[in-house]
Amino acid sequence: MSSVAIDVAAVHKSYRGKVVVNGLTFSVAAGECFGLLGPNGAGKSTIVRMILGMVPPDSGKIAVLGQQVPVQARLARAGVGVVPQFDNLENEFTVRENLLVFGRYFGLSAREIEAVTPSLLDFARLEIKADTRVSELSGGMKRRLVLARALINDPQLLVMDEPTTGLDPHARHLIWERLRSLLARGKTILLTTHFMEEAERLCDRLCVLEEGRKIAEGEPHGLINEQIGCDVMEIYGGNPQESIELIRPYAQRIEQSGETIFCYAPDLEQVRKQLRGRAGLRLLERPPNLEDVFLRLTGREIEI
Amino acid sequence: MMRMTYSAAMPANAVNWVAVWRRNYLAWRKIALASLLGNLADPMTNLLGLGFGLGLIVGRVNGTSYVDFLVGGMVATSAMTSASFETIYATFARMHTQRTWEAMLCTQLTLGDILLGEVAWAASKAVLAGTGITIVAAGMGYAAWPSMLYALPAIALTGFVFASLAMVIVSLAPSYDYFVFYQTLVLTPMVFLCGAVFPISQLPAALQIVAGMLPLEHSIELIRPAMLGRPAASVGIHIGALCIYAVLPFLLSVALLLRRLMR
Repeated sequence: MSSVAIDVAAVHKSYRGKVVVNGLTFSVAAGECFGLLGPNGAGKSTIVRMILGMVPPDSGKIAVLGQQVPVQARLARAGVGVVPQFDNLENEFTVRENLLVFGRYFGLSAREIEAVTPSLLDFARLEIKADTRVSELSGGMKRRLVLARALINDPQLLVMDEPTTGLDPHARHLIWERLRSLLARGKTILLTTHFMEEAERLCDRLCVLEEGRKIAEGEPHGLINEQIGCDVMEIYGGNPQESIELIRPYAQRIEQSGETIFCYAPDLEQVRKQLRGRAGLRLLERPPNLEDVFLRLTGREIEI
Repeated sequence: MMRMTYSAAMPANAVNWVAVWRRNYLAWRKIALASLLGNLADPMTNLLGLGFGLGLIVGRVNGTSYVDFLVGGMVATSAMTSASFETIYATFARMHTQRTWEAMLCTQLTLGDILLGEVAWAASKAVLAGTGITIVAAGMGYAAWPSMLYALPAIALTGFVFASLAMVIVSLAPSYDYFVFYQTLVLTPMVFLCGAVFPISQLPAALQIVAGMLPLEHSIELIRPAMLGRPAASVGIHIGALCIYAVLPFLLSVALLLRRLMR
């Protein structure tokens, strides 16, 4: 098997004259977790649909597991597990029936599906829910079932569109933990997300998108060091213009987003001194993260 | 502009569709009894109500009692409505609101596999409804044994025809609201034009020609003689016409849904 799981080259896509994906190029190596990070409307879902062969690109080339897509998409999909953005489980079926029905779509026999069902239920922590109808499961359980379902054909590659959107923090952490265990088993993951934290925690490499264009690519910490490289202070309250004037001489860079000022400075102690004693200010000092990278690259915060 | 090739969207092989059919069967099994009663109640009411009520006034039709005449028409009509309604309502929901197809398209099924499975499923429901009425009618002595067995393949073919036609409507309709037009402007007139409740010879000559081109007429021409225990005429033409009505709309719906779902 080739060491490149997904190869996207110079792909364009527009809908009714509106450019959705603009000359995008990236490749995902086998065994890595690659993230497509960007706000809603950045073209993430369209890229996923093109990779799965559900949407033809206007131009450019896509290869998935060595198959040309969309022409050979059916062959490619045989080795791919998909976690869609919206749960499309069979609500009237039990957990077990969902796995059975979905396995059959891959041409698996009932016996083959029954043989892997216990390990999938164990993976999804749904053993005791095996005969419960999906409509009675919580959001987190449904998401884990979607994940287990995506593994029924023992795929090498998992494609996940916003895998934890809409989940509470506990459920989200459980999914993250499950995804890490898949990576440890050598699976390749492509995921889209607008959660900076998710991208930072899971992805080996990522690609930051805005309006269908790639604006940065690299390892999360590499990107943070390269783009930001110093600590950050968030300043809330008071008169933002006044605060900015006071701290400007000490700051490497200042961004304002809504009512929050982001101050990037090598020596935050100096900044803190300037603001000492000013009423109504709240200061938060923290290490830089991908949110800062996004803010720097686009001049705005990611909008959820 | 790179287009999704039609050949890649066609059924991938001869068996893939079975998985889709079995999914629908599993869903149906959970509500089988209610579904069966619902499917049979309407045609049985028509058969008994019209057959006995109207039959008293009408007397004999084409050398047989009106109820006997009506059985073949009602069996064909119920196969038609059963396949049509399954497709325009249940299949549309699976495509649209339930996201069932979306999940299927993430597997190694093609769009054509999914449509074939759906059409075969709707045809199965037509067989169920058609044979249900046949059995009841036979039990009451209104269907000829064993020639009524010849009606079974014709009922199945009728199911395929109307599932395919309805699939074209599904691929064009933006929402459920449009289906009522298909029902009132296409299906219901067909019942009266195609000789389900009275012989086509009662129609003006021009309408008789129209009737001869409609699929339900060909179904009735195959099913009614089988029910009456008479030899059917021009069997090859009727089967050929029905096959055309099954295959062409199916291919058209694959093309239309490809444009609708995969761009």
